Amino acid sequence: MASAPTTAAIAVTGLRKSFGDKVVLDGIDLDVREGTTFALLGPNGSGKTTTVRILSTLIGADGGQVRIAGHDLVREADAVRAAIGVTGQFSAVDDLLTGEENLVLMADLHHLGRAAGRRRVADLLDRFDLTEAARKLASTYSGGMRRRLDLAMTLVGEPRVIFLDEPTTGLDPRSRRMTWQTIRDLVAGGVTIFLTTQYLEEADHLADRIAVLDRGRLVAEGSPEELKRALPGGHVRLRFGDAAGLDAAARVLGGMSRDDEALTLQVPSDGGVPALRALLDRLDQAAIEVDELSVHTPDLDDVFFALTAKEAVR
Amino acid sequence: MSDAATMVRRNVRHTVRNPGALIMTIGLPVVLLLVFVGVFGDALLAGMGATSHGDYIDYVVPGILLMTVGYGASTTALAVNRDLTGGIIARFRTMAISRASVLTGHVVGSVARTLVSSVLVLLVAVLLGFRPGGDPLRLLAAIGLVALLALALTWLAVAVGLAAGTAEGTAPFTLVVQLLPFLSSAFVSPAAMSGPVRWFAENEPFTPIIDTLRALLLGLPTEHGGAVAVGWCVGLALAGYAWARALYRRR
Repeated sequence: MASAPTTAAIAVTGLRKSFGDKVVLDGIDLDVREGTTFALLGPNGSGKTTTVRILSTLIGADGGQVRIAGHDLVREADAVRAAIGVTGQFSAVDDLLTGEENLVLMADLHHLGRAAGRRRVADLLDRFDLTEAARKLASTYSGGMRRRLDLAMTLVGEPRVIFLDEPTTGLDPRSRRMTWQTIRDLVAGGVTIFLTTQYLEEADHLADRIAVLDRGRLVAEGSPEELKRALPGGHVRLRFGDAAGLDAAARVLGGMSRDDEALTLQVPSDGGVPALRALLDRLDQAAIEVDELSVHTPDLDDVFFALTAKEAVR
Repeated sequence: MSDAATMVRRNVRHTVRNPGALIMTIGLPVVLLLVFVGVFGDALLAGMGATSHGDYIDYVVPGILLMTVGYGASTTALAVNRDLTGGIIARFRTMAISRASVLTGHVVGSVARTLVSSVLVLLVAVLLGFRPGGDPLRLLAAIGLVALLALALTWLAVAVGLAAGTAEGTAPFTLVVQLLPFLSSAFVSPAAMSGPVRWFAENEPFTPIIDTLRALLLGLPTEHGGAVAVGWCVGLALAGYAWARALYRRR
């Protein structure tokens, strides 16, 4: 790790947490590089929210070491708090204040000073499309507006590490795209994002690295591509005009899974262009005609279901 | 300190935004005052016989003031609980701000609000014929005692708000705070009560507080110089503070 080009924004080793008899986190290791997006993926009850609550100093862990933005989570909790921003699953806005007052409250608590605070608030209202509703009570906001206000409040202090617990759960597609764009803009500005989600598409779109959490353990970790590649099941499906073609191809390509009725042959492949070209070259050299070719790459849904299948079966 | 000031500002703004709560904490005591003075007053006064002094309104105002403080505390328990369940307390706790500031904001705002309510209720009582004694020092001491009681009940209310999982969870506190005055010297002297009720009324914390308040307002001699009343207030305040602090650390 010492040779890594960037420093760790979040470094977790052996994180454990139980509530009574129930083990929620059973030894978790995480390494999130500065300026990247990290997605913690998992089904309901897998321990995602507990992880965020521990890393954001809300609850203590039973064991393990955590450093965030270079500070020890336990011994330097206030330094950690100064570096992070948290947007939870449910909008933590003050309903009895207007959108603008909510943001001013955050600016005051960050001791921004009057002029700088005003500027930051006006900028965030504009950026999150809330200028028109700025003087209205937050209690009158729609679900999407509340989530935007919540995220804007988190950004007032310009945190270097942001925790987003299921940031788009319950949002309409347009608001979801807006949130994704905001996250990308933040990362482009050097901010580290730690998000939890149960949407594989979201993790695939946003994350540089993904960890899959299942019943308190990390069952996989890697880039979206690595996770997909690690899963068996990527293949090319070839269909032939007649049984002779199928026989010839099976001889050339070796003993593959073949379907004599459908006249198809399944060839394991990562689905990449070089692999496809090589495959077609071999068929071409043997003068075998292929009627139809389809590529199947596993998506994250396959990864997710394969990794968390045990629970689904139970 | 500046974080606490920010939180107090937030709390004052809540009161301004939600005048219904303030009107309730003034309106309910005033209605009780009207009912007890206008409907039950003469009958209760006759029932108490020689233990009372002058008009019934003079007897009942201290108890009404105590109930005003109780109503104020009930709204505080609800407000703290709303902060907790709404998630904003979690947000504050992930920020590098003074840990105590959130609760301090509630307590300072609530005590100030309760004092405003109490003074308004007192003014209504004067309009209805209440005549406090002339000694300004004693009047000041009475206001001080109301403030101390407000501090005690508010800290308890903050703890209850943090302990309750939902808004409904604060109901027992509201019930106790609003029921205990009826089983005290607020409306009828315990001497006119019977058996275990009398024993309870003589020994519960609200009775010495109300008696001391009554003595201060009407210019009568105080028992033990009000030490029992002040002792109860300080004790309840410390208990509420310790409980709230422990809950806030854990939550």
